[in-house]
Amino acid sequence: MARIFKFADGISTDAIIPGRYNVTTDRAALGKACFVEARPDFSGAAKPGDVIVAGRNFGCGSSREHAPLAIQAAGIGAVIARSFARIFYRNAINIGLPVIQCDQIYDSVSDGDPIEVDVRSGRILTGGRSFGGATPGQVALAIMEAGTLIELIKTRGWAAIEDMSAAR
Amino acid sequence: MGTLTEEIFSRRLGRRVQAGDVVVAAVDYAMAHDVTGPLAIEAFRTLNAPLWDPERVILVFDHILPANTVAAAGLHRMIRDFADEFGVRNVFQEGICHQVMVERGFARPGGIIVGADSHSTTYGALGCFSAGMGPTDIAVTFATGKTWFRVPETIRIELRGGLPPGVLAKDLALQVIRRLGAEGANYLAVEWGGEAVAAMTIAQRLTLANLTVDFGGKAGLCEPDEATRAYLGEAEVSDLHPIRPAYRELVEVDAQRLEPQVACPPAIDNVQDLSAVEGIALDEVFVGSCTNGRLEDLAIVAGYFQGRQVSPRTRTIVVPASKEVYLQALAAGYIQTFMEAGAIVMNAGCGPCLGRQHGVLGPGERALSTSNRNYAGRMGSPQAEIYLANPAVAAASALAGAIADPRRVA
Repeated sequence: MARIFKFADGISTDAIIPGRYNVTTDRAALGKACFVEARPDFSGAAKPGDVIVAGRNFGCGSSREHAPLAIQAAGIGAVIARSFARIFYRNAINIGLPVIQCDQIYDSVSDGDPIEVDVRSGRILTGGRSFGGATPGQVALAIMEAGTLIELIKTRGWAAIEDMSAAR
Repeated sequence: MGTLTEEIFSRRLGRRVQAGDVVVAAVDYAMAHDVTGPLAIEAFRTLNAPLWDPERVILVFDHILPANTVAAAGLHRMIRDFADEFGVRNVFQEGICHQVMVERGFARPGGIIVGADSHSTTYGALGCFSAGMGPTDIAVTFATGKTWFRVPETIRIELRGGLPPGVLAKDLALQVIRRLGAEGANYLAVEWGGEAVAAMTIAQRLTLANLTVDFGGKAGLCEPDEATRAYLGEAEVSDLHPIRPAYRELVEVDAQRLEPQVACPPAIDNVQDLSAVEGIALDEVFVGSCTNGRLEDLAIVAGYFQGRQVSPRTRTIVVPASKEVYLQALAAGYIQTFMEAGAIVMNAGCGPCLGRQHGVLGPGERALSTSNRNYAGRMGSPQAEIYLANPAVAAASALAGAIADPRRVA
């Protein structure tokens, strides 16, 4: 069963992966350095599929994609936050790290609580309660369907997004 | 019709575009630097596509320049190999990417630029829609010359009145962040206007546009005007105005009633009036960054340092934003003034702002910086504290060895 790592409001990309640790593109090295200073036990304790539940403005700051890559490489299956900073959210979607915006769950859970997340539907089960995430935008959904932005562009090109804007 | 953002996208797409529309738009330039560039290059290579246009790809070495570790040198090598292989000539090692983008004339009114750095909002000062994105987005633009946008709604900020002595563009931005909070403009564009902006130099407007991302903004725009024309040359500036714009929110700030603002640790929106934090002892003062490392900023600091000594218990580090700024500061005598006053002057680039190379803070240390981020761990130890303020406050504080009011420097 996946477990929750709970974080506060305003978790910056500097907290997720400090500037001294992102001088690499190596995913394993990034995973090891995830929250290395803000929560030094994190990368050792996180098990595949575990879930981050955070407060407001998660991922604020730098555009460093090393941040969602580090979380992904640490094995985290989904990040649920009351709100996400724009660039982090877009980066996470682009690399295939599930991110779910959900306001209600935060006050109902504690660190270490068991949780189940269906990343496709955004349904979250924890402590006998069910929560729903906000529906992602249509571009985010198309990227999630393809897996990553690179896959979407490789397989369908910009037409995948141009078509949906023309349909409006 | 519409906000500056809607006008720019409507012109680019040749049809009326409104906030909320999802569009795929051609961009003028795509920029990456020595930290985000390697991820962008790796992602670009997985596309197996030719480079869209080598003349419109900009690569800047600034975050770790010169390389301070073997790992950093390896990333630099990788970027150079990519540039050689694909014929990218716009490779620069002459300052912070955002300053270089402006100095080199890539940022123009009505343009659209994407950069793999959050402070790419900076070019909005010239009326350019510019947004920070991550390396994967930039990689796709490297291959296609396009990216997708959800055209943002706009918060209009009207800065009324003139700036009192000791109060600078930085203080107006921090006051707005104090009011709106660190995610006050998340997903939104910001228009900076009003008489205080009209009276500002381009350097001051660059500070406003730069800090827009630090309260979440996707872009921060100033309407191009006579100052823009004087800065860029007449031919570069076409008419661009908001036309019957519908704003999501209007925020008014009375500049005349402001005192210098200080963002206190550990968050950009933990802003206090200078008087509330005066006297806090400092181990480091950093003057520089894409927010406040331009010639005007250095001139202000040199004015305070002339004939004085910085406090011996404080490291004072000055980093010009670019080689161009450095050369102008040399010619004006500022560099000599800094060094005679006891400050350390370092090569143009990002400097201590992101704690990756020189000027790193130790546990329990306190710094005051003219940069833009004060998260725990940003400039070094997570047990260090960072205060953000304008260059005049930085100068007065360097002299005192503690946070000080520039209006009271004798």
